[in-house]
Amino acid sequence: MSTQQLTGAEMVIKALADQGVEVVFGYPGGAVLPIYDALFKQNRIRHILVRHEQGAVHAAEGYARSTGKPGVVLVTSGPGATNAVTGLTDALLDSIPIICLTGQVPTHLIGNDAFQECDTTGITRPCTKHNYLVKDVNKVSKTIHEAFYIATSGRPGPVVIDLPKDVQFASGTYEMPKQVAHKTYKPVVKPDRARIEAAVDLLLSAKRPIIYAGGGIINSGPNAAKLLGEFTRMTNFPITLTLMGLGAFPANEPQYLGMLGMHGTYEANWAMHDCDVMLAIGSRFDDRITGRVDAFSPNSTKIHIDIDASSINKNIRVDLPIVGDAGFALEDLIKVYKARQKKPDAAALDRWWKQIDEWRAVKCLDFKTDGKIIKPQQAIRRLYEKTVASGRETFITTEVGQHQMWAAQHFDFQKPNRWMTSGGLGTMGYGLPAAVGTQLGNPDGLVIDIAGEASILMNIQELSTAVQYRLPVKVFILNNEYMGMVRQWQELLHGGRYSESYSEALPDFVKLADAYGLKGLRAENPGQLDDVIDEMLAHDGPVLADILVDKKENCFPMIPSGAAHNDMLLGPVEEGEEAIGAAGKVLV
Amino acid sequence: MAKTGTVGQPGAAYTFVKGDETVRRHTFAVIVDNEPGVLARVIGLFSGRGYNIESLTVSTVTEDESVSRINIVTTGTEMIIEQIKAQLERLIPIHNVHDLTLDGAHVEVELALVKVRAKEHNRRESLRIADIFGAKVADTTLESFVFQIEGTTDKVDSFIELMRALGDTEIARSGVIAIARGSNIVSV
Repeated sequence: MSTQQLTGAEMVIKALADQGVEVVFGYPGGAVLPIYDALFKQNRIRHILVRHEQGAVHAAEGYARSTGKPGVVLVTSGPGATNAVTGLTDALLDSIPIICLTGQVPTHLIGNDAFQECDTTGITRPCTKHNYLVKDVNKVSKTIHEAFYIATSGRPGPVVIDLPKDVQFASGTYEMPKQVAHKTYKPVVKPDRARIEAAVDLLLSAKRPIIYAGGGIINSGPNAAKLLGEFTRMTNFPITLTLMGLGAFPANEPQYLGMLGMHGTYEANWAMHDCDVMLAIGSRFDDRITGRVDAFSPNSTKIHIDIDASSINKNIRVDLPIVGDAGFALEDLIKVYKARQKKPDAAALDRWWKQIDEWRAVKCLDFKTDGKIIKPQQAIRRLYEKTVASGRETFITTEVGQHQMWAAQHFDFQKPNRWMTSGGLGTMGYGLPAAVGTQLGNPDGLVIDIAGEASILMNIQELSTAVQYRLPVKVFILNNEYMGMVRQWQELLHGGRYSESYSEALPDFVKLADAYGLKGLRAENPGQLDDVIDEMLAHDGPVLADILVDKKENCFPMIPSGAAHNDMLLGPVEEGEEAIGAAGKVLV
Repeated sequence: MAKTGTVGQPGAAYTFVKGDETVRRHTFAVIVDNEPGVLARVIGLFSGRGYNIESLTVSTVTEDESVSRINIVTTGTEMIIEQIKAQLERLIPIHNVHDLTLDGAHVEVELALVKVRAKEHNRRESLRIADIFGAKVADTTLESFVFQIEGTTDKVDSFIELMRALGDTEIARSGVIAIARGSNIVSV
């Protein structure tokens, strides 16, 4: 039996269950009541009640990124859908597979400015990979199955399905999921063999090679990360990862140069600038990576492997474009490389590593501690060391700002799917709901949201969700009483005029934790830091830890906007010097 | 440690130095599924990413009306034109995208209705010019004509320019439709 008669609402639940969905993040409302009623009458799918629809999408993103499965969201019409828009845009920019079901007013009221009506498909068209308005109950199940295929295949992304209330009530025929053969959507996943061979020849001829890998490796799945590791070790080429790619290659291995880009390491950025052959894989030459494009790696031959043809030649003109999935491409690269039975010029590679070691010797991530004030970098470093010592599977989410960059610099990742951060959209308020979703996908994992005191307030209400479902997430706030990254830019660009970037009237986070019903902790000086981290990690429940850190610390190294990779700032700018030129100031 | 350098020269992010910076005009044929919102997806892509639309036409082209063809004339640098094609191909309900300008020889035609209000000498002159251009008279009153003209954008432009010199005008233009020369048929 592949078909049966059900209501639209029952079809939604059945289709989700048949797609293997275990958890749905949502918030009820008038236009989705039939679906909530169907949800009530079953026990295959667990619903997690968030406290704001933006939180639902970020939680689904955290779930998706840490498990590799698509995240599912269920919200009502009007404000439910519009509140989800930030999360959907976030998922689009970071290529996260999300299925978002939105309720809609009954079909006969669409276009009448009905209560809680909005043009959901119109609003979400530019912030989704695809969207649907389903007006026929017989198309509900097929649309949901197709949405899963579109969200998870090719370059993943969010898909919205708008379901009018009368369609949820109506009865129709349910179709089981089957292999989707879409008539127009056919992503290319297998790379062209001739181009892979050309890439291997280029890599074999390299004297100063670099591998620049990104989130595409993570999205391709753990096997791609395994293959990336194999290829890197086999060639002994230096490798750098983007913010989205952290964990795609183990941070503790010798080939790893750290993250690149605006707050990347000195060695990674210099190696990118000076390389002669670049292998970009699953990365997209984002403006945070390239800095000034006319000075970006000026003398290199560039190979770019990406599943999305529109990512190629968008910002940087490359020499050898290859469209395909990172995993398949790496598999072929390894095969062809082995078959060639050649090695790159060993002496040249040796010279290149010596040069890289000189850059490494700058120790660009070093920071000074004084024993009186906790340095934010120190807090993250200690957190990292203690999570390693705990031996537990650790998952880190972040908010957005200085703390995010320090976490990327000072927390080392050895595996993919352990790092959930809002990279493309830069959404403050991402980390806590993402931690909720991550914890649900990984019940035994140690999930920590590294936060700032400003960001955390943007979705603080999700503490209730964590408490309700007894999710032992740890919120580790680096509290410097500033929107730190804004303040840093104001210092560098706007003469230190800290316009509206001071976090005035902050709540007492320990009391706030108490009010929400979770454990609150505070560290005011370096002497208390270790104890607070120990207590946080030992507690079998959610914790909010308020870590008071140096208020004036800035995030370095930094490539100022509009500058080139070999033009990094390693520390505070000296008096009277202009860090950023006029043209750079207009960039963000 | 102090910083290693300052930005001595103006930053030029978001511009491309390599490649050809000449702005060129390209005609695309975009074969799409005829479903609600598909045109909005295409137009939204152009406005959202800052691409230019010089003209756009759309109509169903299959017997069962399930497929539409959108003809778009756009301008941009080589890299932008390449991006436009790649971005269009990313849209889910799109069958295929053809850069007719890049693919080779093609026929481009547009249709215009030109109403001109003129008397005496100018009225006679408008009829004479219409004859030269091969425009048909679609409607007439004692003080006006509506001419129907088809041809390349250039031809229609020059006809309209001449009519404007003869009296008050009102113009309706279809925008460009285009198809590749030769026997090859685009599959849908």
